[in-house]
Amino acid sequence: MSTSVLQVRDLKVTFATPLGPLVAVRGVDLDVSAGEMTAVVGESGSGKSVSFLAAMGLLPKSATIEGSVVLDGHQLVGASPKLMRSVRGRLMSMIFQDPLSALNPVHRIGAQIAEMLRAHQTMSERAARARAVELLEIVGIPQPGDRALQYPHEFSGGMRQRVVIAMAIANSPKLLIADEPTTALDVTVQAQILEVIQKVQAQFGTAVVLITHDLGVVARVCERVNVMYAGRVVERAAIHDIFDAPTHPYTRGLLASLPQAGVERLVPIAGFPPNMLRPPSGCAFRTRCAHAIDACGAGVPELRPQGESMTACIRSGELTVSA
Amino acid sequence: MSNELVNSPAVREAAVPVVSPRRMAFNRFVSHKAAVVSVFVLAILVVFVALSPLTARYGVNQSVQAPPNSFLPPRANAWLGTDDIGRDLYSRLIYGVRVSLIIGLFSAIISVLIGCVVGAVAGFRGGRFDDVVMRVTDLFLAFPFLVTLLVMRNMLGAISWLTPIIGKVSSVRFIIVLFSIFGWMGVARIVRGQVLALKEREFIEAARAVGATRRYIVRRHLLPNSIGPIMVALTFSVVSAIIGESTLAFFGYGPQAGDGATSLGILVGQAKGAVNTGFWWLALFPCLTLVTIALTINFIGDALRDATDPRMQKDG
Amino acid sequence: MLRFVIRRLAWAVPTLFLVTFLVYIALRIGTNPVESYKRINPRATPAKIQQYIDKNGLDPNYVRGYFRWLVNFVTLDWPRSIKGSREVWPQLKDALANTLRLGAAASVVGIFFGLMLGVYAALRPGGRRDVGVNTAAFVGISIPPYVSAILLQLLFAVYWSRWFGSTLFPTSGVYPPGHTGFNLLLMLKHMVLPVTVVAIQIIAVYARYMRSSLLDVLSSEYMRTARSKGISERRVLFKHGLRNALIPVVTIAALDVGSIVGGLIITENIFSYPGMGKYFLSSFGEGDFPLLMPWMVIIVASVLLFNLLADVSYAWLDPRIRLE
Repeated sequence: MSTSVLQVRDLKVTFATPLGPLVAVRGVDLDVSAGEMTAVVGESGSGKSVSFLAAMGLLPKSATIEGSVVLDGHQLVGASPKLMRSVRGRLMSMIFQDPLSALNPVHRIGAQIAEMLRAHQTMSERAARARAVELLEIVGIPQPGDRALQYPHEFSGGMRQRVVIAMAIANSPKLLIADEPTTALDVTVQAQILEVIQKVQAQFGTAVVLITHDLGVVARVCERVNVMYAGRVVERAAIHDIFDAPTHPYTRGLLASLPQAGVERLVPIAGFPPNMLRPPSGCAFRTRCAHAIDACGAGVPELRPQGESMTACIRSGELTVSA
Repeated sequence: MSNELVNSPAVREAAVPVVSPRRMAFNRFVSHKAAVVSVFVLAILVVFVALSPLTARYGVNQSVQAPPNSFLPPRANAWLGTDDIGRDLYSRLIYGVRVSLIIGLFSAIISVLIGCVVGAVAGFRGGRFDDVVMRVTDLFLAFPFLVTLLVMRNMLGAISWLTPIIGKVSSVRFIIVLFSIFGWMGVARIVRGQVLALKEREFIEAARAVGATRRYIVRRHLLPNSIGPIMVALTFSVVSAIIGESTLAFFGYGPQAGDGATSLGILVGQAKGAVNTGFWWLALFPCLTLVTIALTINFIGDALRDATDPRMQKDG
Repeated sequence: MLRFVIRRLAWAVPTLFLVTFLVYIALRIGTNPVESYKRINPRATPAKIQQYIDKNGLDPNYVRGYFRWLVNFVTLDWPRSIKGSREVWPQLKDALANTLRLGAAASVVGIFFGLMLGVYAALRPGGRRDVGVNTAAFVGISIPPYVSAILLQLLFAVYWSRWFGSTLFPTSGVYPPGHTGFNLLLMLKHMVLPVTVVAIQIIAVYARYMRSSLLDVLSSEYMRTARSKGISERRVLFKHGLRNALIPVVTIAALDVGSIVGGLIITENIFSYPGMGKYFLSSFGEGDFPLLMPWMVIIVASVLLFNLLADVSYAWLDPRIRLE
């Protein structure tokens, strides 16, 4: 088994809100191996982004983080700001959904990438700018020398996201977290960006966590999938198993709701996403699950093996699996 | 199947408590303690002033006693002292504040009415009209306030055919008109900004797609969603008019309604002379009143801005 | 960038003419220069009156009159004042110098401390120091300058001398009466109170601007990106946060500075400071057109110049604007 780059155990994130404490992440277990592309899938509010923002230490002070996040041997929960600063941008980077607002509008692109380089490597400004141009070339920006002198608003959406990727992998991090990198882009551009991520992954050996709600994107590029619901991972499987043999009713619901050629009516998952201020007791999905039984409300189900996958459904063994 | 689930106790238990935006805004406002206190203070003041014949102890031009009655420090029969001809400062303050509040309120309302229309049209139409309006108001607002005020005052006063409409230079009506002409520009900018921000939102696009006329969109969608900034603009217009009036009065250009009638501005204006002669009550009390009014209205306006600012709804 | 500046300049020049023309009309209507002349010089002969009309460009036709005035103005052939028939420029020059000194000192002090306070408050929003700064700034804004001027005068002129025997800070004039020549210490002493009054307002306004702008910026996405790079918190704050937060503030500062030449009228009046304010009030009160027009031109030019500067600085600081 390849080395583990990221190990998340029982991660809990609580926000202090005017309406009371909101537990956005209720105990997440996750593993990412070196060089692999893992997906984290879930709807809005499932806690997928918050989990990784917590790992990066980018949450506001009103958030309480508990549990364990080990990145390349470093414990990140409760780490000193100094350690976090040395880890961020060097061992672990994050790219976000909207590349326009993610880039500082008044600094040139080349300078922003150079800043990333010089934060963790001793380099002259000149050398950093040169390396920045090289990075722009790697991510496929034409005429990188000229473009490095331009400002973010002079780029199109797809180009900007490439720039963001170039910035994120500047220091060859072990882990790249991509939070909905394609959601704000056109479909054609989405495919290009995914290719860039794959290329970068191959060239630098970076492990990638792809956070998304779009299963189509997942199918293209990922090797493993973690499905999150209501702040917990409810299923973890290899890419083929997820699509061929989903073991958790939520995953099955997600797959069933995908539009398919030839199918006339869309099949949504019944009910509403849970109120994270007062989530349902036991399995959070039981209020929407067709197979829920009384025992489902008894305690929060842990991830257990089911065939090749891990699942958090106590009935996973008995339920028939449909494609 | 789905219906049963949706109505099951577990689902209802998990439902999010619904708080209307209006309630949220109200809660946010109330959390500003200074603003709440200001509301009370201001309300008391307004009630006092509105009931003026009852609450004032003397008439506005009435001496408290037979001479010697001038420049008496605060005492039993003149709570805040007397002025140069023996009139009770307390009563004159009440009447003065009434005049100033009227000026402030009416000019603010007129400013907001004009400003909303111009701002909404400018923001919505865009293009040439917007450009021109914005440049003109920008320039106008860039000039020193008092200079433009005085020049405009003289100019309007000198145009004889306007006098029947807007009153003589020394009348309250004229002052209201003068401040309205100033005030609408600030309001127009605020409303225009808001309209510009809203114009690109999807619900406007949707309204247009359904065939709504421009006027309908402005009336039904843009303006109601701008209530927040408009209310804020209103409060700040009131303050600026009140302070502006006192500034004018300070230099002797304020309202002279005759019969000894006074305004807060005139009373504050007399404060300057009182400093050198040591009659501190003539300086302190009008100034305190002015500052109190300005402070309370400003606090309320600020809290209103926080309460209605959509930016605040971004957290969470 | 250069094209931007040139385009703005091209706008500014006709605007200058247009605005001075409007001012010319407003003053003619408002102060009725011919009547003022006759009032102040009741024994003037019709020939003298006509000479006055010609010199000042007061033709019945406003457009022709304006151009006549403009020619005289540009060729530095300025008419003398109505009252006392004095040269305009020496008076104006002194007034301008005094006001510039006061305005510059107050602006520098006010903006500097205001910005610092604003940053100080924004770094811990909602905390005690934020609330403290905000409230203090608020009170500062709500007290009109002349109220604080009067109160300060009361304190320092009347009561200080009563309690301590001597006046600490003088409350009038540039120098004590009768003083001639240049004395830096005396001048500074006389400037302390007026500068304080003006600076209070400026500090209050800029503290709030800076705080609001910085808060906006601090919640932006690119701040999160900057942090995710692992750079020092100080660099995040200065290179990313402040750099962006200063943009609207600088623009407003440029505009404010532009109007300060005519914006100190009240303060100057209370402290009997012989600046542009006093000049304006006395000449306006008398309807002294020859004195007023040059004053107005300075004001207009200053406002337009700083408007231009504000635009340019905005474009220089924010590259997104330059495309326009």
